[in-house]
Amino acid sequence: MSAAPPALELRAVHKSFGRTAIINGVDLAIAKGERHAIIGPNGAGKSTLFNLISGRFPLTSGQILLQGDDVTGREPQEMNRRGLSRSFQITNIFPRLSVYENVRCAVLWSLGYRYSFWHRVGALDSVRARADQIVEQIGLARRRERLAGVLSYAEQRALEIGITIAGGADVILLDEPTAGMSHSETADAVELIRNVTEGRTLVMVEHDMGVVFGLADDISVLVYGRVLASGTPEEIRANKAVQEAYLGTESS
Amino acid sequence: MSPQLLGRLGLWAATAAAMIVLPLAFEQGFALSLLSQIGIAVIFALSYNMLLGQTGMLSFGHAVYYGLGAFVSAHVLNAIGEGGFSLPVTLLPLVGGLAGLAFGIAFGYVTTRRSGTPFAMISLGIAEMVAACALMFPGFFGGEGGIATNRVVGEPWLGISYGPQIQVYYLIAGWCFLCMIAMFALTQTPLGRMANAVRDNPERVRFVGYNPVRVRYLMFCLASFFAGIAGALGTINYEIVTAENVGVVASGSVLIMTFIGGVGHYFGPIIGAGLVSFLQSALSTYTKAWLLYFGVFFIVMIMFAPGGISSLIAVHGPPLRHRLLLRLVPSYALSGAALALLLAGCIALVEMTYHVESGAEFGSELALFGIPLEVATAQPWIAAAAATGIGLALFLATLRFVRRAWAEVNATLQAKEAEA
Repeated sequence: MSAAPPALELRAVHKSFGRTAIINGVDLAIAKGERHAIIGPNGAGKSTLFNLISGRFPLTSGQILLQGDDVTGREPQEMNRRGLSRSFQITNIFPRLSVYENVRCAVLWSLGYRYSFWHRVGALDSVRARADQIVEQIGLARRRERLAGVLSYAEQRALEIGITIAGGADVILLDEPTAGMSHSETADAVELIRNVTEGRTLVMVEHDMGVVFGLADDISVLVYGRVLASGTPEEIRANKAVQEAYLGTESS
Repeated sequence: MSPQLLGRLGLWAATAAAMIVLPLAFEQGFALSLLSQIGIAVIFALSYNMLLGQTGMLSFGHAVYYGLGAFVSAHVLNAIGEGGFSLPVTLLPLVGGLAGLAFGIAFGYVTTRRSGTPFAMISLGIAEMVAACALMFPGFFGGEGGIATNRVVGEPWLGISYGPQIQVYYLIAGWCFLCMIAMFALTQTPLGRMANAVRDNPERVRFVGYNPVRVRYLMFCLASFFAGIAGALGTINYEIVTAENVGVVASGSVLIMTFIGGVGHYFGPIIGAGLVSFLQSALSTYTKAWLLYFGVFFIVMIMFAPGGISSLIAVHGPPLRHRLLLRLVPSYALSGAALALLLAGCIALVEMTYHVESGAEFGSELALFGIPLEVATAQPWIAAAAATGIGLALFLATLRFVRRAWAEVNATLQAKEAEA
């Protein structure tokens, strides 16, 4: 027996919508504590892959293992309870709740309050402490009473990450966390991601190569629903097939 | 104790005091039965808002749980009267609540699997189904005549027999107060907060560990419980329950109350229930056209104040806190005067038309606001049309002042916020 199983493992994962095959047999093993980036051209199936891992879509065939347990076909809420949490490419928050409420909703389950209608939520010290800490961490302390729907775009992206990490999941999936951000906003976001995923396993889809090469320990290149190459940033940069298929000649 | 909590306690104490004092201030039988009716409507509308305002479920069949709670408690009350078993009438609302809960558990299991339009359609289907059952099972529903009952059963306790209406009022008021507190407390629990999250974005809820179907189901069951309590109080108050109580019209009525009051604030449905109940009983004694006015009022509210009366009140919170409210008063007075002229013109037109349509039996003279109008001549028609036209023009013109006053107030508010 080897030591610890991978934090997340995909075995021969396939997904078709009707007769269109989007994911054609993806194998991937991501070790505990690793920061793993998935890159690839538009339409390669990166977001679909996230939707499969997080339980949003059912697989056509294959297997997904979380910390060594087979979790194929689990519902999103079950995946979340087992310690896998994801963000969305298109901001997906609770627009009519305050920033603080958004984060609080995301910590309640993990602290064991579930569907309780007999606790007063304002009196739960553990919930308040955790939510306060997250709001502070994502830099929105001054905005905590604002409705999430009226925040700036970059602030909403930060909140998106806050909701994702609030439950204390061990495996974090971030779908294009810096999409649509300016240079300085991107730098802040990278710092935030590095910060909040400390000691956790991170899988992210990202288009910004600066972010990818700055954050990732390992990179997988997804093309036409297959993993074309997997390795360290240096290996990926040097890989001829990747250069042809995706990076182009400019990134020699 | 935080100032916020202290303020809240003060508000509850004031509410309780008002509920105790109101029937002493208005002694007439009419006022007392109106207040009783309002108390029941408040519970019913608040329970409806647990679905619509808090969880985002538009139900067209909430009266099912009110009505079934009412029928079950009517049968229980009759059984008590026949000596079948004993239960203080004071606790009968609990029976209604449990009946509502039981039907909520059964029907909600089906309806809450879907959200949005499918949920609304299924709720309507269940309402129609129960209404059809009311005609098919006369044993339980009493057929056309409904189930009559007598609330005076057993020995009076401390002089309370629930014979006099005032005692029934205080029973309703007590339960209404308890339910208001319980339903407010529910909004402050993990389930209550997650209900808001489900309303905003059910998809995201699944990715923070919750099953939105379960949240909807639990909220639905609890809302049915409170609706059942309201139904049992209706049984005690009216001493009769008919098939109309489970019908689609009753479900529509609670929807309208809640919407007019406003779904976005906890106190919205309380205002809506009070206002609509008042209009239903008061307006209907003054004019036969009251349903027309009511319908127009509802449409105007939906179009121009979709947040209901409570949102109209709530927008004045920030100006009030910063003592800027007085700056709005002049423009409001101008617009208000123009609106009054417009309304007077409209009402005169409607009433005169109604008078003419209802035939010669009343003669050609109509007394409106104490002014005798001869509807067979042209003058009152011309005057009413002129009032309507001029009122409308003035109202639209004066809206400019309201907008300008608000723009100034908002600019001042923003400046103050920037300072802070």
